[in-house]
Amino acid sequence: MRGSFAKRTMAEPLSQVVASMPRGRFLALMALFLGPAVAIYTLFSIYPLIATMALSTYTTDSSGAYQFVGLVNFVTLLTDAVWSKPFWNAAWNNLVFFAVHMLVQNPIGIALAGLLSLPGLKLKSLYRTVIFLPTMLSVVIVGFSWNLILSPLWGVAEGALKAVGLGSWFAPWLGLPSTALVTLALISVWQFVGIPMMLIYAALLNIPDELIDAARVDGLGHFRIFWHIKLPLVLPTIGLVSILTFVGNFNAFDLIYTVKGALAGPNFASDILGTFFYRTFFGFQLQLGNPTMGAAVATVMFFIILAGVCLYLFIVQRRLRRYAF
Amino acid sequence: MLNQPARSLGVHIILIAYSALALGPILLVVMNSFKARNAIFGAPLAPPNATTFSLVGYAKVFKASLIGTYFANSLIVTLVSMFLVLLFGAMAAWALTEYKFRGSTALALFLSIGIMVPIRLGSVAILKMMRAAGLNDTLTALILVYVAQGLPMSIFILSEFVQQIPKDLRDAARCDGVPETRIFFEVIAPLLRPAIATVAVFTIVPIWNDLWFPLILTSSDSTHTITLGVQQFLGQYITDWNSVLAALSMAILPVVAIYVIFSRQLISGLTAGAVK
Repeated sequence: MRGSFAKRTMAEPLSQVVASMPRGRFLALMALFLGPAVAIYTLFSIYPLIATMALSTYTTDSSGAYQFVGLVNFVTLLTDAVWSKPFWNAAWNNLVFFAVHMLVQNPIGIALAGLLSLPGLKLKSLYRTVIFLPTMLSVVIVGFSWNLILSPLWGVAEGALKAVGLGSWFAPWLGLPSTALVTLALISVWQFVGIPMMLIYAALLNIPDELIDAARVDGLGHFRIFWHIKLPLVLPTIGLVSILTFVGNFNAFDLIYTVKGALAGPNFASDILGTFFYRTFFGFQLQLGNPTMGAAVATVMFFIILAGVCLYLFIVQRRLRRYAF
Repeated sequence: MLNQPARSLGVHIILIAYSALALGPILLVVMNSFKARNAIFGAPLAPPNATTFSLVGYAKVFKASLIGTYFANSLIVTLVSMFLVLLFGAMAAWALTEYKFRGSTALALFLSIGIMVPIRLGSVAILKMMRAAGLNDTLTALILVYVAQGLPMSIFILSEFVQQIPKDLRDAARCDGVPETRIFFEVIAPLLRPAIATVAVFTIVPIWNDLWFPLILTSSDSTHTITLGVQQFLGQYITDWNSVLAALSMAILPVVAIYVIFSRQLISGLTAGAVK
């Protein structure tokens, strides 16, 4: 009797059990389930973020003691040429890095997802597996491998271009100030194109078959179905991919550090906020590490990310919701 | 309009070309790591044969670096972090989705900050904390940071999975008077196994591949992870192509092997919920 009652009203038994539980026991239960996650996360993720922001309002004197200075570090960072020049250079390079991902990685990812989701395509899982493979590798491995491949010493890239008659196009791209940053961004695109591909592929599979069938009955071809029906329907996912790309940019330190070192050469041409933050905080060669200025750089990066995420949540996602299905 | 076979041929050509672009550089590095130095430079695109085959690079890597230790460190850090991320993540996801209480939405929002904000922005304070706690240059420090880093995403993913578990299951257990903790560990947790693949892609792979935290939190050779160890080795032996290619291959091959074995689960995990 009770069993059939439980089946009919699904939410009931839970609220009964929870409601009949003594308050103390319920709290203990929640502490048991949520305690470990909340404690570790707060202590090693949220607290360091807040402490870093707090630290950015201090400075150290010659004895190593901390002194509160308010926003002086930020003023120095944004106006003192010694700091502001590399800062704006890094911020601009970050923007270029992001733009290359948005203009190259995401369109290629969308196109590959579109091809993979064609009905009746054979070997689909093999293609997916192979194209996603580089994403699983460490950025260090990928960066160094491409460093070797593009190196004029080895000549693999040059040989490949010669084979198709474009030998004169070859240049030591990673070594030239004008091309180093874009080359690094393209290496990153090569590695991570699998992520937009997979997310959009999953979204494309979610589109109800009836919609596609209706379009096919109306005589639309695959390309027009993709462009006019599928693509508008996966716009929310494209928005998600964009914000993931944006946040991912701030983790691009690993690649630049591996290929170009902490100095992000040639002549800081590939310096992004991640490498700038590392040098400021940890120091390099002759410059000593400066934790308080490093904290200031991290705080500025935090606000840039926050601005991007808010833009996404309040503008992009809200608009796109209307198309959601 | 093109006829069907011609169009499908075109699609396959594009996909094969892109697959070659994705696989080529990896193959090239692995292939050349098994060759003698002059064959690496003389004919980079040729696979190793009886005369050019050489393991000199691998021998040097084993002799000149603690690559075995790096591997062990990475394994310890990744597996312990993975276990804790899955356990604590699943427990929190269960509590947040199953028991709605005052503040549960706020708590869920608080936990999701970490999905968007990279934890490395707190590095200055993390390093200070670890030094103060005497955890600097230990694997424990890395594990704590990685668990904190992995939890938000895993809670998010696992919550989706918890919601998909039929309500009847736990209600039946409740009617039998099974205590709540046992419902989770004996009924719910085993059902979350398919979620492991998705969590692995989003939280475990980044842990194995991370360079940043080993770089700032570990200073001695014996605590380096494979990613940092290989990075330092590559920097030191940059002109010794045999060793460089061998070190790269040794970092690539285990990941590729595991990926190929689990690719079906990993990819279905990534597209979870999509296949109806």
